Amino acid sequence: MKKISTPYLLLLPGMGFLFTFFLLPLFNLAQTSTQTPISGGDTGQNEQTWRFGNYVDAFVANKEQFSRSFIYATIATILALAIAYPLAYAIAFKGGKLKNFMLVLVVAPFFTSFLLRTIAWKQILGEEGFVVPTLRSLGIISQSTTLTSSAFAVVAGMTYNFLPFMTLPLYASIDRIDPRTLEASGDLYANGFTTFRKVTLPLSMPGVVAGTLLTFIPAAGDYVNASILGSPQTKMLGNVIESRYFKIVDYPTAAALSFTLMAAILILVTIYVRKAGTEELV
Amino acid sequence: MRTVSRWFQRNLIRIYAVVAFTYLFIPVAYTFAFSFNDSRKSNLVWQGFTFANWQNPCGAPEVCSALGNSIKIGFLATLFSTILGTMIAFALGRYNFKGRSTTNLLIFLPMATPEIVLGASLLSLFLVFKINPGFWPTVIAHVLFCISFVVVTVKARIASLDPRLEQAAMDLYANERETFRRVTLPLVAPGIAAAALLAFSLSFDDFIITNFNSGTMTTFPKFVYTSAARGIPAQANVIGSSMFFLALAIVIIGQFVGRKRKVS
Repeated sequence: MKKISTPYLLLLPGMGFLFTFFLLPLFNLAQTSTQTPISGGDTGQNEQTWRFGNYVDAFVANKEQFSRSFIYATIATILALAIAYPLAYAIAFKGGKLKNFMLVLVVAPFFTSFLLRTIAWKQILGEEGFVVPTLRSLGIISQSTTLTSSAFAVVAGMTYNFLPFMTLPLYASIDRIDPRTLEASGDLYANGFTTFRKVTLPLSMPGVVAGTLLTFIPAAGDYVNASILGSPQTKMLGNVIESRYFKIVDYPTAAALSFTLMAAILILVTIYVRKAGTEELV
Repeated sequence: MRTVSRWFQRNLIRIYAVVAFTYLFIPVAYTFAFSFNDSRKSNLVWQGFTFANWQNPCGAPEVCSALGNSIKIGFLATLFSTILGTMIAFALGRYNFKGRSTTNLLIFLPMATPEIVLGASLLSLFLVFKINPGFWPTVIAHVLFCISFVVVTVKARIASLDPRLEQAAMDLYANERETFRRVTLPLVAPGIAAAALLAFSLSFDDFIITNFNSGTMTTFPKFVYTSAARGIPAQANVIGSSMFFLALAIVIIGQFVGRKRKVS
């Protein structure tokens, strides 16, 4: 009854678009990553020499930024999970009539530009804000300690900015849990903690996986938080790629770093998804 | 004392929710408050209360042209990505065909690629073909990262439809086209609307990919980023706060209309 060609016709424009503007650029980026500068040429002029040593050079020169990206992103993801899980749980099970309204509240900060919010944090936690002087006068932090321009601020900024990406998928899967399964667990003499560990958490795993991926992937490639809230000592891989492109105009290194970042993320994601046991993601 | 601690225990999770929401909204409130700052000298510290910024939101140089660019790009990116994404979602949600898993992979990959890689690779492509970064390259870049989110959102809606509704339409002698137009499409419409809203907010707020592909053109996030060093003008706070209230109003009205429809 249905024509065989229909799905292909539906797919054609979108897939054509993704092929031209996603796959083709990636191939092109791979090519660029093995180029070397033309001797005697202008900055930004390169020739194709298939030099795979670019990858080794780029990695060795930016080891610190590379590991920083993954460490910061991991910590921010764990913190966001810790903050978002109880929140998603509260909305799903205690939201009542306010459920939809609370969901809107989770997304609402999005609409104030994330850059404005990040800069707001910088000013709130900065020298001229009220937090630092208060903490200093209470003796909680020393006179010379600052909250911004530090690794702490970068991780805190990422945690904050990606929190809605974590909360929404968590909510979606916690909300699907039948509350009777929790009651049943209680009836079988499980205490609150055991019920959480054996019933709630396993049932909400798809949300945990989706949320951590949606947080970790953008966090690992982010450079905005590091450049607004950080210092030269907190530069991440994203900062290096950006400056290689725009300030130093060294396309091969930038391309090699981009590819390494993407490959590392894909490998981590694959391992993680296998381990977590949820194959169906999209 | 005992009743107090018991009340506390019972409502712990609610109290937590209030604290978490406060945390989410601190910078929003800060942005709103500083939109009233008399910031002729500096917007970094509080200088005094004024309505001037709200009366003249375009007062800072370039802020409104940047906003205009962001709205234009957001509108075009939403339009294209919603059309392309919805078509893919229908193909995936309604048909069995060869190459399904490849399609799924190609939809998932852009979401698993960090923005900076998407932005950098597109810029390299444009450079190879001697296309100058600017308005249309930015639109293309935005369509690229919005498509996958549209597909996922619309596909979820299609999957949740009851197939019996379409069968019923067919039983009542509606042909395939009529069934699609009068039954399937209206049922999927809320999903498409949600996807379009998502696409617009992703596009409007995007900085990283835009920064790579926009060249000298300024968008609102780019404007905020570049003026951050000198302190952002209070007019940017006005625009950020207005967007917040506008979006909130749209969502609340949308929910209200949806509920009314359900009742009638």
